[in-house]
Amino acid sequence: MDRFLFLTFDGLSRGAVYAAFALALVLIWRATRIVNFAQGAMAVATAYVGYSVADATGSYWLGFAVAVLAGLLLGAGVERVVMRFVDHSSPLNGVVVALGLVLIIQGVLGMIYGNEFRPAEAPFSRDAFNIGGVALLSRYDVFVFAAVGAVVVLLTLLFTRTPTGLRMRAAAFAPDVSRLLGVPVGGMLTLGWALAAAVGSLAGMLVIPTELGLHPTAMDVLFISAFTAAVLGGLDSPIGAVIGGLIVGLVLSYISGYLGATVAPMAVLALLVVVLLGRPDGLFARSKARTA
Amino acid sequence: MSALLEVDGLTVGYGAAPVLHDVSLTVEPGQIVAVLGANGAGKTTLLRALSGLLPPTRGRVVFDGADLRGIRVERMVRHGIAHVPEGRGVVTELTVDENLRLGGLWRKPQPSLAPIYELFPRLAERRGHLGHQLSGGERQMLALGRALAAQPRLLLLDEPSLGLAPRVTAQIMALLRDLRDRTGLAVLLVEQNVRSALSIADQGIVLSLGRIAARDDAAALADDADLRHAYLGF
Amino acid sequence: MTALKDRVTARMVAPASRRRLNPYLVVAVGAALVVALTYTLPPFRTYQLATIGAYLCVTAGLTVLTGLNGQLSLGHGALMATGAYTLALWQNKFNLLAVGIVVAMLVTTAAGLIIGLAAARLRGPYLAGLTLAVAVVVPSITSTFDETFNSDQGLSVVLNPPPESMTVEQWQAWLCWAGALVTVLALALITRGRFGRDMRAVRDDETAAKLAGISIARTQVWTFVISAACAGLGGALFAVLAQSVSPGAFPLTLSLFLLMAIVIGGLGRLSGALIGAFLLVALPALAHEIGEASGSQRLEGNLALTFFGVVLVVVMLAAPGGLASLRVPRSWRPSHTTRKKKH
Ligand SMILES: Nc1ncnc2c1ncn2[C@@H]1O[C@H](COP(=O)(O)OP(=O)(O)O)[C@@H](O)[C@H]1O
Ligand SMILES: [Mg+2]
Repeated sequence: MDRFLFLTFDGLSRGAVYAAFALALVLIWRATRIVNFAQGAMAVATAYVGYSVADATGSYWLGFAVAVLAGLLLGAGVERVVMRFVDHSSPLNGVVVALGLVLIIQGVLGMIYGNEFRPAEAPFSRDAFNIGGVALLSRYDVFVFAAVGAVVVLLTLLFTRTPTGLRMRAAAFAPDVSRLLGVPVGGMLTLGWALAAAVGSLAGMLVIPTELGLHPTAMDVLFISAFTAAVLGGLDSPIGAVIGGLIVGLVLSYISGYLGATVAPMAVLALLVVVLLGRPDGLFARSKARTA
Repeated sequence: MSALLEVDGLTVGYGAAPVLHDVSLTVEPGQIVAVLGANGAGKTTLLRALSGLLPPTRGRVVFDGADLRGIRVERMVRHGIAHVPEGRGVVTELTVDENLRLGGLWRKPQPSLAPIYELFPRLAERRGHLGHQLSGGERQMLALGRALAAQPRLLLLDEPSLGLAPRVTAQIMALLRDLRDRTGLAVLLVEQNVRSALSIADQGIVLSLGRIAARDDAAALADDADLRHAYLGF
Repeated sequence: MTALKDRVTARMVAPASRRRLNPYLVVAVGAALVVALTYTLPPFRTYQLATIGAYLCVTAGLTVLTGLNGQLSLGHGALMATGAYTLALWQNKFNLLAVGIVVAMLVTTAAGLIIGLAAARLRGPYLAGLTLAVAVVVPSITSTFDETFNSDQGLSVVLNPPPESMTVEQWQAWLCWAGALVTVLALALITRGRFGRDMRAVRDDETAAKLAGISIARTQVWTFVISAACAGLGGALFAVLAQSVSPGAFPLTLSLFLLMAIVIGGLGRLSGALIGAFLLVALPALAHEIGEASGSQRLEGNLALTFFGVVLVVVMLAAPGGLASLRVPRSWRPSHTTRKKKH
């Protein structure tokens, strides 16, 4: 029972990160009908930047802030320079371009930082402290919950309470009409990419210290988990992404807890297959077919 | 009185071949000009060119003394032009209230929506509903209300009566006439519902195969039986 | 309905190829060329030639899948791994290469069938995501079942020495190119016939293809299975070339490289697959030399990665219409025979 509780909290903590990352995927999907397959690579790139700053200045928090800021800039840059010019006649075009970005980013990172794992410090202890005699949560888990919770709340406020959020939603749902209403749709897309990439960077900063550390491919498996979470949530639904993330986190935590950690990647794949074939619309989606 | 909108020799198309040829027209402030014509005559294309969605190949569009060439679509509303596209363009994923707010979003400070809700009490009742929950008539009112929230001086309306019951169409026409009389709003009204359109319009223009086939006072057009038979099908 | 069917058929049949190469002739010339090269090139170049042959098996299958049938797979690196590991296990137990290659293809075909069945129900980014997951996850299976696969260290491959009259490299090149040319011949014949027409029809317009009596799912699954078999063959040949297999040899980037190769080569052409296979060997070799010259180890592998990425993005953005416009259909038009199908 204690183990079950421990795995539950551990799963929620992982799930929170998946949720944030899935949220980033959903933001871009809603706005552009592109699944940003480069999101993992982009997040790794900004994490490298963040940890470089942290190493140079000795301040984790400065590095953290720089990483998120770098995500903002990288997202905006990728939209302005590359994604804006992708032909939309086939959904494969965006996928292929994003994969090209993965190669570029991983190549450049390898050239600058090398292809070894670099240790990445966590800002808080990852040792679980006792609650009622059971070791459930670490300080780091609490930090993860707080950070992801803050992101979800801020994004919700942005989208539902501010004029800019309204513009962004309108631009995503109905770009042509929005332009007629005076919404600068191109700018909203750039902003959407920037925000999504920043959220992705934040998720990267949260997850990298819990894994093997910094590496150009450090987010590959996480990307798959988050993609699964986003698809489970319906790919169109931010709430769905968050719930999907938590579900995927729990499932993976139980599986690696009871069956062994090496099974986890296969479990992700199996889960993705089950979701894609079993719940074709995700849990919360509007759209019907898996056809994009 | 100088014209609010002056279109001079407008030629525009989607590819190499023009759809509209050498179209000229004017709209005075406080005037409703009906643009009539069969399916495919180029009415929608005309409105798209005016609001900047389609760049003209030739010709000039002058609005309130300023040439509109090269002005981006999203800036048009700031100049005072509101375009309600064919099929209405309600953002179905947003609520009624959000759709209306969207209309006035570019203004600082943002205008109150109270006058719009006063004009369309039905929308006030449904303000929290999503766009896709609305009936056709409600959507048309929403699109119209949203355009009015931008407080335009010229309204480009593309077939507002499409798919609506005659009673609802009549309501909308009455509302347009009312707005013109009260606020001096100018309207370029594209319609296939010729009778309704001419009943409130000051001027009428008949487009045929992308060219202006006739223009006259609305009343005169309505009375011209030959013209009606030739171009308007009744 | 009939009109629609006529239109579909017309589109598929109308512009017949102006000049179509006889595939048997091409393969014969290719074989002669390879044999001649193996007697003139130095051993290392011969080894590279062999590698091109192994890659060609995979890129040829993949270009048919993506270019002619419109399915994107990022999982072909993983399918190669399946073929390679199967061959390694087989060889270490039975040491019967010819059978081992066939077994590797069969096992990979089975894996491809499973993915293909799922893939036929998925489109666009969903298909890409699933196959991406396959590419990321499959190499990690070697850790899950480490008694069989020996984790990250991988397995060595038992091989008999080549016939006495040949060097190892010559023998490798002959073997790989035998596989590649058979693959190309088989694909050329398949894609020229009725099945090729079905594949293109499904790619161009699923609804129209359905109305013309073509089973979408069956066409897609078969195409996937065929391309998986090609990948299995390629993987097995790689195991022979490297005389070992390890998960590190089949990273996600391998799948992305394969994608890049067929996009740059010109989607849907077997000649493009050859260009792609050549680039897959030539560019990393070039990057390796630049890396050596600059004395920076980091540059080596990563330069090729970056370069491939840049080329992929630039090609995609420069080609109006993206992937579709990269297809060069001329040499792939089916013959004049009009399709007769009851429905
Ligand atoms: N997006 C488009 N691309 C190419 N041609 C178009 C497009 N939209 C309309 N057309 C052509 O332009 C002509 C006028 O269309 P339109 O302006 O929509 O007519 P109306 O609104 O009067 O029915 C038609 O012949 C139509 O085929
Ligand atoms: Mg029209």
